[in-house]
Amino acid sequence: MRHVFQLAAVTSVVISALILFVLFRGAFQFLNSIDFDLGLLSDTGWFPRRERFDLRTIVVGSVVVGSVAMVVAVPFGLGTAIYLAEYARPRVRQIIKPVIEVLAGMPSVVVGLFAIRFIAPNVVAKLFDPNQSLNMLVAGLGIGILVIPIMASVSEDALSAVPGSLREASYGCGAKKVTTVTKVVLPAAVSGLVAASIIAISRAIGETMVATMAGGAADTVPWKGYSPLEPGMTMTAAMTNAVGGTDQAATGAPFQVLFFVGLLLFLVTLILNTIGDRFVRRVRQRY
Amino acid sequence: MTEPTTTQDTRIPEMTEESPVDIDLAVGQVSHDPVATLGDHAVVFRLEDLSVYYGDFRAVRGVTIDVHQHEITAFIGPSGCGKTTVLRSLNRMNDFIETARVEGRVLYHGVDLYDPAVNATEVRRRIGMVFQKPNPFPKSIYDNVAYGPRLLGVKKRTELDDIVERSLRGAALWDEVKAILKSSGLSLSGGQQQRLCIARAVAVEPDVILMDEPCSALDPIATARIEELMQEIKSQYTIVIVTHNMQQAARVSDRTAFFTTEVNPESDRRTGLLIEYNPTPKIFSTPDDDRTEQYVTGRFG
Amino acid sequence: MALATPALGGATAREVVAARLTRRDRDVAGWLMLGTLFLTVGFTLLVLFTLLFEVTSDAWPMLSERPVDFVTDTIGSDPMASGLWPGVYGSFFIGLGVIVLAFPIGIGAAIYLEEYARDGFLTRLIMVSMRNLAGVPAVIYGVLGFIIFRGWLEFLTGGSSVVAAAFTMAVLVLPIVIITSMEAIRAVPQGLRDAGYGVGASRWEVTRDHTLAYAAPGILTGTVLSLARALGEAAPLLILGAITGLLPETSLTGKFTAIPMLIYNWSGRPDTPGAEIGWTSAAAAAGVMLLTLVLFFNAAAIVLRNRFERRRIGT
Repeated sequence: MRHVFQLAAVTSVVISALILFVLFRGAFQFLNSIDFDLGLLSDTGWFPRRERFDLRTIVVGSVVVGSVAMVVAVPFGLGTAIYLAEYARPRVRQIIKPVIEVLAGMPSVVVGLFAIRFIAPNVVAKLFDPNQSLNMLVAGLGIGILVIPIMASVSEDALSAVPGSLREASYGCGAKKVTTVTKVVLPAAVSGLVAASIIAISRAIGETMVATMAGGAADTVPWKGYSPLEPGMTMTAAMTNAVGGTDQAATGAPFQVLFFVGLLLFLVTLILNTIGDRFVRRVRQRY
Repeated sequence: MTEPTTTQDTRIPEMTEESPVDIDLAVGQVSHDPVATLGDHAVVFRLEDLSVYYGDFRAVRGVTIDVHQHEITAFIGPSGCGKTTVLRSLNRMNDFIETARVEGRVLYHGVDLYDPAVNATEVRRRIGMVFQKPNPFPKSIYDNVAYGPRLLGVKKRTELDDIVERSLRGAALWDEVKAILKSSGLSLSGGQQQRLCIARAVAVEPDVILMDEPCSALDPIATARIEELMQEIKSQYTIVIVTHNMQQAARVSDRTAFFTTEVNPESDRRTGLLIEYNPTPKIFSTPDDDRTEQYVTGRFG
Repeated sequence: MALATPALGGATAREVVAARLTRRDRDVAGWLMLGTLFLTVGFTLLVLFTLLFEVTSDAWPMLSERPVDFVTDTIGSDPMASGLWPGVYGSFFIGLGVIVLAFPIGIGAAIYLEEYARDGFLTRLIMVSMRNLAGVPAVIYGVLGFIIFRGWLEFLTGGSSVVAAAFTMAVLVLPIVIITSMEAIRAVPQGLRDAGYGVGASRWEVTRDHTLAYAAPGILTGTVLSLARALGEAAPLLILGAITGLLPETSLTGKFTAIPMLIYNWSGRPDTPGAEIGWTSAAAAAGVMLLTLVLFFNAAAIVLRNRFERRRIGT
């Protein structure tokens, strides 16, 4: 039986290898089929049909949307985590934790739908009056909501891992609860909280549906700068855009950029996840 | 404050008629105030028939004790007899356990600590605590000691420097760490960490220091160091120590309270209770109660 | 700052101490912190409920008018006459595929890593691969599926089809199944295994008869959660080429679609002005169906996990 199970376990290695192969091969084919300098580094924007693939446009798109998402996810995720770990009574925890887990299981298409139907007209349009109703701010807010649960969950683990003896020591010195939380528990949990943020960023950057549905970008995206109030295209939205309609031809640079951007996305999230994992393991080791 | 120069004192204490000492019990330096002067110290804590409950379960009952100022009072007894519970009720640390409640009174300088008007945080500023396993903060040595004073609003660097130095000297740790104040408190050895915790406790100049088996996680040399320290500082504070090490109690304390457990016939759970409370020499030579004598002579527990 | 109380006898000392001990400064910082925390938790809950409310109210026209037809009709060009059916068909078989493919392989891999694996290069490689795969964005799995399941294995899957989608989703959830199963198996007390070895059982017999039985609720929880995830993901399906338009016939090897894809596509179609039920309502109704499904599975997983915890404490 050992070898049967070993075979099953080895599939994860096989799959990883296949992903790397598919991405590298496709990226290579893509680079072959375009004019290198004109293609990737032009200033004008993302125009796949014209073979202008300004990476900056989509990378900045991911960064802007990701940043907006983190502005939402960090305070609310961390706040929820602190409340659950330090203040909530057991019965309250029993209610709130499952609710957070429900939010964690929310399909991203539904959040995308919510972003289009509610966030864009009722929140962003009312508060900011952008040029277009769908823009990177809307997408970022939607992704932020999606990412709150993972931020809360990993942060709560980090806070709970701080030993009770440290809190006792603080109270023994005559500290109030808020001082204990801010001056002892939070500093002690810092590496875990950093890990939570990194994992959250990675999720935000990898999120596809909300970015595609709510980012506001059409097939072509002229470079408009860094403002979140403009429509934009993230790396993930660029990938769905490359696939296009169901009858689109699956050849040529406008399609193959799928692999190139995919490789970029894969590497970025891989690096982030590895760093985040390292921090998580450091937390577990200390205690 | 003089630096401790030796870690092992082999001087055999003198036996006198007033303070009979069992040589077999003495490991370090034994110093007892002659029984006669114990009565002069004012009462800091008066426990009146204290019982502590966790929910419905009575963990300890019938505790009536006067703890005197500038003395070291030891709580001894077998495990589960409630000594730590009683200790923690002296600075309202049991508050952190949801189901804990007390009956009877804990009077501190005449004030009932469990009066609803009393602010538990203020209580803990005056009654400090050192725990069984050293628990320095993952901060620098300096910040560990400065934590308490900063809570009280001390901000000026020079003032903090003074307090840190004074406290570390008071814990007999200054010379060892004065050059490494910025390094983490966790980088010290176990014994040093515990002395750091003591320095942290004395930094706010408390009235009382409670110690919950402070040496149980330490080696004999570190233990002797801390016992020496306790003797040195007792004239400035009042110390109550829980210890499962009888010899330590005999070495170090002025008065000793002996607790034991009794089985509750209905619930089959053990409740702790106070058996005897007397000056230490008496507890260890001619105790009032048989059970005390059996415990200190090692016949049980 | 000296707080030591002078040893005065009698009333004076008590009054001084009482005055100090009953001093209550307004804990501004404490109230601020608690208030802020309440705000954050409250906001999070508020967002969740707003989302549920919005989607449900958007879906109401469609769901109240023609609930059954909405599920059984095929996709059309008029929202009043369109239904989810091809999506239901697709999602059903994707779910089935995930159960058939990902669960045995995932649980088998977990058994290997927890019970059989020895420390070595291969084991470390497997662990690293698995941990990395768990963090790979869903859209990348779509790219993988496009080349491998739709391309290379076209003879097996029929190209852009339900089967290809099932394979792709199975690969996507595989790391989750492995990790949650590993945790469940790791929680089995060693004493249970030792008892089995003690009577001469082989490693597989001990695993099959004792370890797996004990870990079953935990494993089940993990698989239910991964199923919910597979049903809700749309990104890989987009890359694979799920149909968003008319789909006259459903088959395992022909063009396919799934519920999340329909939500995606219908959300982009403009409403005909004046119509009572528009594409918005259709998209939202599909969303409600998907949510119900996913929430049901998540709730089941939570209930299972609680039962697992209780049993573990009781043992």
